Amino acid sequence: MPGISREEVAHLARLARLELKDEELDHFAGQLDDIIGAVATVSDVANEDVPPTSHPLPLTNVMRPDTVRPSLTPQQALSGAPAQEQQRFKVPQILGED
Amino acid sequence: MADLTRLTAAQTAEMIASGEVTAVEVAEAHLARIEAVDEKVHAFLHIDREGALAKAREVDEKRARGERLGPLAGVPAAVKDLFTTEGVPTTVGSKILEGWIPPYDSTVVRKLKEADVVILGKTNMDEFAMGSSTENSAYGPTGNPWDLTRVPGGSGGGSSAAITAYEAPLALGTDTGGSIRQPAAVTGTVGVKPTYGGVSRYGMVAFSSSLDQAGPCARTVLDAALLHAVIGGHDELDSTSIDQPVPDVVAAARNGDVAGLRVGVVTEFRGEGYQAGVLQRVDETVELLRELGAEVVEVSCPSFTKALAAYYLIAPSECSSNLARFDAMRYGLRVGDDGTHSAEEVTALTREAGFGDEVKRRVMLGTYALSSGYYDAYYGSAQKVRTLITRDFERAFGEVDVLVSPTTPTTAFPIGERTDDPMAMYLADLCTIPSNLAGNAAMSVPCGLAPEDGLPVGLQIIAPAMADDCLYRVGAALEAAHQARWGHPLLEEAPSL
Repeated sequence: MPGISREEVAHLARLARLELKDEELDHFAGQLDDIIGAVATVSDVANEDVPPTSHPLPLTNVMRPDTVRPSLTPQQALSGAPAQEQQRFKVPQILGED
Repeated sequence: MADLTRLTAAQTAEMIASGEVTAVEVAEAHLARIEAVDEKVHAFLHIDREGALAKAREVDEKRARGERLGPLAGVPAAVKDLFTTEGVPTTVGSKILEGWIPPYDSTVVRKLKEADVVILGKTNMDEFAMGSSTENSAYGPTGNPWDLTRVPGGSGGGSSAAITAYEAPLALGTDTGGSIRQPAAVTGTVGVKPTYGGVSRYGMVAFSSSLDQAGPCARTVLDAALLHAVIGGHDELDSTSIDQPVPDVVAAARNGDVAGLRVGVVTEFRGEGYQAGVLQRVDETVELLRELGAEVVEVSCPSFTKALAAYYLIAPSECSSNLARFDAMRYGLRVGDDGTHSAEEVTALTREAGFGDEVKRRVMLGTYALSSGYYDAYYGSAQKVRTLITRDFERAFGEVDVLVSPTTPTTAFPIGERTDDPMAMYLADLCTIPSNLAGNAAMSVPCGLAPEDGLPVGLQIIAPAMADDCLYRVGAALEAAHQARWGHPLLEEAPSL
């Protein structure tokens, strides 16, 4: 499998919402290339007839009774908010100016 | 009075229940010990002196009124800084949660409180539990009390160091790829990863949800069992929690016995990369099992050689998704909110400032493994390896009752040795990862000191899912036989701090 380039690392960082510095891109590109080279060996044994396992427990649709119970107050829920206004989380602008 | 910090949790609980000592005296002794040694060890990120003393007073008052006490009433415990604790800071070893005060308790912390355990504080860890040395903590490394220039293992190095340094008799850990067992091995203590789903994950900061499992860290097998029994059991707040009673681990720990037990030695976990002294102590311990009446055979689990590779695709993939919640909007750090940056830019600036290198590496690795075009080759193949590993375990447990191996390939390594070589660091979890991928139960128990460096070696015992009691039966038998041979617990050979 191909190695990973500096440009690919920059793309991954954007997808992962990480504003990496230039020197970090160089540093991580080499390390990620090493790691990906090592983990790529999983494909050696992964034949088509082996089913995938995503979880150790075979669970589907675990439900509990839908009953009203005490929960966090608005004050508690907002207690860690970086900014708040009128009992809501206050966030930076989401849409562009125009 | 004898040094209260040297008692086991079981002894402490009995002495408090009988009135021989008060919970406040026990709490004060441990807080004094923390004050005396933690500057050197750095096991704790936060010490809740007031909370601990208040709980201890409550226990003493309950006893004075003749009320029923919880099973570990007055026994102090340290909690890995990954469990939410209402009103007490929870950082998960990261700058991104610096100063965050959770508004709720994790289920295991709630259970500790209900059992009248005295929570001393929160322990250091690799950021988001990603690491094998505790050096990835944003708040500085923890020293191994056996040699402060070496790592105490990770990610739960704060918890293992705290119990090793007699700062607490019990600690809570979490184990995603070995973060309870590997620190236990390199500090000469006992650590258990319960069956996946055996202990609630509610209120744990999620790293890799299909692998994460909370469990006990202690100085003795019985103490680990007592803590396991308190924290285990079904929780409707965790949909992956198993709705079955916890096996009677305390009875098992009180009845150590391996006579007639079939023990399989995993043949894949030796050879190149394994320290000679580790293999020597493990072999001696396997011989001891034979002397105690176990039937020992070699068992091959060929897919285990791919476990590390599969893990470093599955865990990063799940973490890249889990850590998306750290978006700087609802809690935690926010950087760059000066009116010139959009919400998305603020998220990226915050994650850049708030996450350390290992977290960034894993988030990017997971993003890569899950991306279109690579998904089948990486994440998809890793999931198939997970199936093969589970099949290897099923085959093995058809022939034997438990499997054993070294817990770690080497003893504790020097601080700084592997920090910039991720692959070398990952190798510390080589032997512990298969149990996380399959979801079964595993324990590390001390089996002596490696002759070449005088540092602790751990034996890993693995049992099928929901056979956690089996671990304790074997662990207790080994602990008793080892101590009969050594004349004292292994930790008594540790240097005084």
